[in-house]
Amino acid sequence: MRYAEWLGVLPGWSGMVDGKLEGRCVMRAPDRANPPRFCGVLQGEWGWSTVFKMTIKDILARSLSATGWLMLAVMAVMVPTSLLLGVLAGMREGSRTDRVLSTAAIATTATPEYVSGVILIAVFASTTVDLSWLVNLFGIEGRRTLFLGTATSAVDKITFWNFTLPVMTIALYGIGYIARMTRASMTEVMTQQYIRTARLKGVGFRQVVLRHALRNALIAPFTVIMLQFPWLLNGVVIVETLFNYKGFGWTLVQAAGNNDIELLLGCSVVAVAVVLVTQLISDVGYVFLNPRIRLS
Amino acid sequence: MEPLGWIEIIGRMAWQFLPVWIALAALYAVSIATKRRTGLYGRLFDSPVGMIGFGIVMFWVFTAIFADQIITHNPLSQVSGMKNVLPGTPMKAPGGSYDWYLLGGDNLARDVFSRMVMGARRVLAIAPAATAFAFIMGISLGLPAGYFGGKLDTSLSFLANLVLAFPVILLFYLLVTPEIRETAIPGTMAAILFIFPLLFVTVAINSRWFPKPRQRNVMLAVSLGLGLWAYAGLAFNADPTGIWSMEPNLLNVFVSVVFVNSPGVFRIVRGLVMDLKSRDYVAAGQTRGEGPWYLMIWEILPNARGPLIVDFCLRIGYTTILLGTLGFFGLGVSPESPDWGSTINEGRRLLSIFPHPAIVPAVALMSLVLGLNLLADGLREESLRD
Amino acid sequence: MSDWDPSQPILEIDNLSISFFTRTREIPAVMDFSCRVLPGEAMGLVGESGCGKSTVALAVMRDLGKTGRITGGTIRFKGRDLTSMTEDQLRHVRGSEIAMIYQEPMASLNPAMKIGAQLAEVPMIHQGMAREAAWARAREIVADVKLPDPDRILRSYPHQLSGGQQQRIVIAMALMAKPALLILDEPTTALDVTVEAGIVDLVKELGHKYGTSMLFISHNLGLVLEVCDRITVMYSGEAVETGSVKDVFDRMQHPYTQALFRSIPLPGADKNSRPLVAIPGNFPLPHERPPGCNFGPRCSYFVQGRCDARDVPMAPVAGHTRHDTRCLRFEEIDWAAPPQVGKTAEKLPAGRVVLKLEDLRKYYEVSSGMFGGGAKKVVKANETLSFEAREGETLAIVGESGCGKSTFAKVLMGLETATSGSIMLFDENVQSTPIEKRDTDTVAQVQMVFQNPFDTLNPSMTVGRQIIRALELFGHGNSDSAREARMLELLDLVKLPRAFAERMPRQLSGGQKQRVGIARAFAGDAKVVVADEPVSALDVSVQAAVTDLLMDIQRRNRTTLLFISHDLSIVRYLSDRVMVMYLGHVVEMGSTDQVFAPPYHPYTEALLSAVPIADTRVQKQRIVLQGDIPSAMNPPPGCPFQTRCRWKRHVPGNRCETEMPPVKMLADGHQIKCHLSDDVLAQMEPVIKIAAE
Repeated sequence: MRYAEWLGVLPGWSGMVDGKLEGRCVMRAPDRANPPRFCGVLQGEWGWSTVFKMTIKDILARSLSATGWLMLAVMAVMVPTSLLLGVLAGMREGSRTDRVLSTAAIATTATPEYVSGVILIAVFASTTVDLSWLVNLFGIEGRRTLFLGTATSAVDKITFWNFTLPVMTIALYGIGYIARMTRASMTEVMTQQYIRTARLKGVGFRQVVLRHALRNALIAPFTVIMLQFPWLLNGVVIVETLFNYKGFGWTLVQAAGNNDIELLLGCSVVAVAVVLVTQLISDVGYVFLNPRIRLS
Repeated sequence: MEPLGWIEIIGRMAWQFLPVWIALAALYAVSIATKRRTGLYGRLFDSPVGMIGFGIVMFWVFTAIFADQIITHNPLSQVSGMKNVLPGTPMKAPGGSYDWYLLGGDNLARDVFSRMVMGARRVLAIAPAATAFAFIMGISLGLPAGYFGGKLDTSLSFLANLVLAFPVILLFYLLVTPEIRETAIPGTMAAILFIFPLLFVTVAINSRWFPKPRQRNVMLAVSLGLGLWAYAGLAFNADPTGIWSMEPNLLNVFVSVVFVNSPGVFRIVRGLVMDLKSRDYVAAGQTRGEGPWYLMIWEILPNARGPLIVDFCLRIGYTTILLGTLGFFGLGVSPESPDWGSTINEGRRLLSIFPHPAIVPAVALMSLVLGLNLLADGLREESLRD
Repeated sequence: MSDWDPSQPILEIDNLSISFFTRTREIPAVMDFSCRVLPGEAMGLVGESGCGKSTVALAVMRDLGKTGRITGGTIRFKGRDLTSMTEDQLRHVRGSEIAMIYQEPMASLNPAMKIGAQLAEVPMIHQGMAREAAWARAREIVADVKLPDPDRILRSYPHQLSGGQQQRIVIAMALMAKPALLILDEPTTALDVTVEAGIVDLVKELGHKYGTSMLFISHNLGLVLEVCDRITVMYSGEAVETGSVKDVFDRMQHPYTQALFRSIPLPGADKNSRPLVAIPGNFPLPHERPPGCNFGPRCSYFVQGRCDARDVPMAPVAGHTRHDTRCLRFEEIDWAAPPQVGKTAEKLPAGRVVLKLEDLRKYYEVSSGMFGGGAKKVVKANETLSFEAREGETLAIVGESGCGKSTFAKVLMGLETATSGSIMLFDENVQSTPIEKRDTDTVAQVQMVFQNPFDTLNPSMTVGRQIIRALELFGHGNSDSAREARMLELLDLVKLPRAFAERMPRQLSGGQKQRVGIARAFAGDAKVVVADEPVSALDVSVQAAVTDLLMDIQRRNRTTLLFISHDLSIVRYLSDRVMVMYLGHVVEMGSTDQVFAPPYHPYTEALLSAVPIADTRVQKQRIVLQGDIPSAMNPPPGCPFQTRCRWKRHVPGNRCETEMPPVKMLADGHQIKCHLSDDVLAQMEPVIKIAAE
């Protein structure tokens, strides 16, 4: 009910209180005598946050832009690294490179963000663990630890020192996951008959991998990357909380923690919208990568 | 007394884990001796990766079993003067159950080591059970969706994708916020979730034994009796004997974890069924007039077991992470419970000054999930090798 | 390269041994294998699955994977030893001097690369050719393999081509660098017979044109006869006989070769008077090979103490040229002695009508377009099917892929319901009754034997349990012990040891699984059994035994057998009446003799001509159909066969393109669906002639 009112598909509640017209829509209408029947997201009315004392539209806009930078940095680190590692591991199944990379990938996927975040902070941004020699080594002044354990300042200005740890924390888990997918896909492709055909045509190993295997092997990981968005949001929430970075995830936690229902609902709508858009992109991209679907 | 050095701490911890070492050694000795006769389980011992993974998992399983013998202090008791002490600090007042805080104390002056050990018991009690329920639900819905296809499949898949697309955290917040908790939603969801095993068993028995009515009736009566009893206790807290019950907070967490896990299982089962249903032995079943549920449960499902077992291992790991996440956001089972996620959450506030209360459960959780992942990898490798 | 004398063998394999290494043991795959191929010669490599013939081919390419290793012997190509070459040297040989063609054309083409790019790659690598020149060469070769519209083909992706076209592309790819040796590993197994005939012709022709030597691997003796000059027969990792095709086919000197020929249905074999002689026993697993002669335990000339005493070497046959055999007793055996004929049986008189179909139609609606919407298309899987089948009769249904024979089986079984028409089973109309609504008796009376032995049994249930389940459902017996006893009887019936009841399907060989499938089908005393290609996935030596078993049970139970097959040899051998289908239509139906003799329907004629026959005495009229089978989604207007028919010009006007031909009754019970007039039909000559001896 309330959800529908808020979305704007049901008329807002209204009634007579103390002889005056009161109601959900009445409070916000410029003309209190003539309130509109609907007032919800669909009408462009996102509501009012009780925690931040601001309109939800503003909060979301601000926090989304902050999170957008974070996501962008994560993607920029994660996608190339993981694809490269996956392909390297998968092109010669069972080789030493494969074993080392696979084990590393499993280890990072086994480490949730709140664990890796904690460990990263403890190692690189804690005063008790002795990494201060590194600080001295680089001669960075005005700081006791190598990286900053919080990223609050990054909302205003992103620097290498306050942004590396949060980005690494999210990316680590993703790198392992996507690298494993890529590796599985790559090893499968490498056992295909057409790879053997190419090899027996006399194509060199490099060319086999680059020309014949790569494109086929990237189809599966691509969808995975896109489908990972809901989970990436998850990571964002954890990391933003952990590093106190005032983005979308942090807002969400604040909203939930303080029982700010309208803000919470606003966050869910945005989250679902983001996820649906990425799913759409993934479908389109899949068709683009896979000629078999495109042309049939 | 002097604080212990690192070597001594490790030695003393190893000694505390003695029951676990003995159990592990016994298990490995028996398993390796009989590995040629125990099918896939035995083949696991041919793969180093699988063996290591299995070892780590069983380490935590035995730790959970023998937790009472391993702990050095009561995980909830606070000892004055031991707040945030470093690992190996001796007790202020010797002569208690143990003379040191092996891994230090937390911000409420509790023993980190004992909390970590008891945490294993919490995690290993909830995660596999929740995963199992998610599996039964995913299987019960995935089988018909894959088998019948059509509108049923379309609508179920749509629902599953919807749940999957929803960020997990958000879902949890929505499910655990007081406003929603007061409504009937969690109760109803529990009622729905817990009915699935019951339905599944009933349909399975009926489809297989209907040519022999007497045998079927006995089996149905027994399983329905037991099932309904448990169902009343778990879902409605209405078990007269009180054996089956679950505290509301735990029930809530349990239900949400099952809820977010089952769509994943659903997708896997559906895919496997779509592949297996075109096999000739299924057609042979159809031509002798078998009902669809017999074909799904007794002909198709057993042949999908390989990938499902692998996924089960992975998913326990995932559930463990999820439970940790819940704890991390303070949505955990209960406030002072020693489960790993909550402990990390408590510890992170003072992370840059006293990292050890957060690091210890973090490493524990990581190693368990790593073990499960390695185990799944080993299983996959061995089941493909044929 | 320069010091190689063209009169010397192009490929010389000497005492080659190959093993695969698993974690626990070494499994020898090929032992002591020798053969040589002269320039321009085509060598056939024949054997059953698992005999190591593909392993030899891969060894020549030095592509045995991580687990396989050459443990002895040499492979000399143009005088150079391939076994000691480095990866780099090998790369120059592969593709440019030796090329390989595989069984699965779809799998051997890269799905994400255009055909042209895949073809042009070869000369670009080996001859450093420029891109444009390479594409021009590709276009030339594509035209050479007789593909229409080469430019369009070069620009398309593999999945846009049909199976036959894909195989032609694979052949083109192999020929791009004009190799000296071409290895073909079962190149036509995945294709339909009429398409196969075209490919075989192409391979022969191109072999002559480019003077390429060939190593042709196949399990089909008939195909080898058509393509090759020389043949090597392999059994269980060893070459057992090698010689010219003529020698090996007509003057064989090894018991296995002889047994092989006696177990395949050649023209003249008949299920009643001249039954096939199956090879007893099973193919030995690689780690369970017997001592001495590998074929010993299954050989009818076996002498204890001699054949199993020591390894048997290859020995030349005196008086023949380049003809060797691996048999100790080949000089003592009287090769001309006629086979001991097992039991002959009387022809079973057909009884009353059991099954009667009238005007059966099955249409599917298929929606095109990506999102389920779009235009609905109707696929006519079965069109006006009418026939009757009598008790104790074998009716063969023949046709290639997409002809609607499997759909028909589904409709009959009740897995699908017909669009219109009627199916009368013992005076009961079952056409619109899906299987769930049929009563237990009806279900038990119509049963099916499936094609793929590896798929027909549930891999996670014991053999006995699967048969008992069928008995339970059919309401057979009233106690567990009665059903158990009946199950053991059924195992006896299909000649399997009773101990098999406790086995899991993976412990059984293909033939044994197929027997269990037969036992299960007969569990409810089925009256009508639909056998969907029951032996096509089995090895030849096992095929005969399984067919015999089916015939045996049929005689005993007076079952009506509907035998679905694409293999005309076996159809001719065992069926009483034959029905030929093409794109959902019955184009010809009659008794076996009528169908196999003129006048034919033009499609039957082509089909008969396409089937390779492993008999040197047979002279065939060569009719190769153009193109591929049209898709059932988009059938041609008028007569379904008109796009490929060579008799079309004998029909006045364009009736073939516009009008569906009527069913024409020729003789007693012989009908064809064709526009050809009676006098044209009368001019037809028999396709297969057996030369007088």
